[in-house]
Amino acid sequence: MLELKNISKQFGQKKIFDQFNLTVEDGKILSLVGPSGGGKTTLLRMLAGLETIDSGEIIYNGESVPIDHLENLNLLGFVFQDFQLFPHLSVLDNLILSPTKTMGMTKEEAKDKANDLLKRLGLAEHANVYPYSLSGGQKQRVALARAMMIDPQIIGYDEPTSALDPELRREVEQLILQNREAGMTQIVVTHDLQFAENISDHILKINPK
Amino acid sequence: MSYILQVLPSLLNGAIATLQVFCIVIILSIPLGAILAFLMQIRLKPLQWLLTLYVWVMRGTPLLLQLIFFYYVLPSVGIVFDRMPAAILAFTLNYAAYFAEIFRGGIEAIPKGQYEAAKVLKFSQLQTIRYIILPQVFKIVMPSVFNEIINLVKDSSLVYVLGVGDLLMASKIAANRDATLAPMFIAGAIYLILIGVVTVISKRAEKKFSYYR
Repeated sequence: MLELKNISKQFGQKKIFDQFNLTVEDGKILSLVGPSGGGKTTLLRMLAGLETIDSGEIIYNGESVPIDHLENLNLLGFVFQDFQLFPHLSVLDNLILSPTKTMGMTKEEAKDKANDLLKRLGLAEHANVYPYSLSGGQKQRVALARAMMIDPQIIGYDEPTSALDPELRREVEQLILQNREAGMTQIVVTHDLQFAENISDHILKINPK
Repeated sequence: MSYILQVLPSLLNGAIATLQVFCIVIILSIPLGAILAFLMQIRLKPLQWLLTLYVWVMRGTPLLLQLIFFYYVLPSVGIVFDRMPAAILAFTLNYAAYFAEIFRGGIEAIPKGQYEAAKVLKFSQLQTIRYIILPQVFKIVMPSVFNEIINLVKDSSLVYVLGVGDLLMASKIAANRDATLAPMFIAGAIYLILIGVVTVISKRAEKKFSYYR
């Protein structure tokens, strides 16, 4: 279980969060919805260590974790809105680069793990192609697989449907629900209320201050 | 024809000096330029001023003058170079400034999201540069880098001011001795061949990097 207590964050003079509290239960899907500028993406970015947290406390499974270098913890795997796959690497290399370089996994172990994930996500035959040749939905699944390779505690998605055709929305819904079956804890930032209602255990509306 | 064969050995000898300058400068100046470009990304004011000054001076003064400075002026403050090292030093520092600007453009063309993706995947800063940024920068800068490399083949003829016997110098000596311009045209042909080779290599390199978009 992830607990955020009294989190505050401001950009310059603009307060984004003031004494904000949130609990994310294990194995559940939490959606953060609300108008743009409300800070829902900022919250996800803070958990990934991409934005600093001014003050507050983060407790994971009962233990307080340091808030100033969250990127060094393996708390949140981040699936970017525009995927940010590495264009010069094949799908397989996108997946195995971090585990082999940052976690000391051998190439064989990493490849086995990557191929399992790709198979599960229906991408097995795309392992050796480069990202530019994939469709938006495929890129997103690769981005998810890449985030999952280093086994983060939680997966966070930033606007997972915004870069996709409307018909792909159902595909993303199924993917996220499938991950829930597998026991993953997930946080989804979206402005698509219908989408949020279809997938979420909890929906939290974040409004601009 | 027999005249060509007669002057060719001395011209080829000169061409070897030209190639020496060319190869050593390429090997030194491209990595130096890349390192300088990454240093430019560090937000440390004194460092940025220093690099701006360096690029300004190197691009803002004639290379000929820089060659003269390294060979003729530095000895007066006790720093003495041989002809060849002086020439290579001047060329390397000059070309590194141009390469630094080219690489800076390439680095700045990489989206911020690539750095963020690297960060959440736990790559260190050096790993991010080595595995994610640099390979992409190479592809972006390739055409401009080869443009500079072609310039260098011809610019290398400036070493004559230091008395290094390069291709152009050899052709001038032969032309003066034999009272004919033929050696200079032969030299021109050799330059064309050298640049033809570089051009073929550049096309191959660009093709090699076209496996992704």
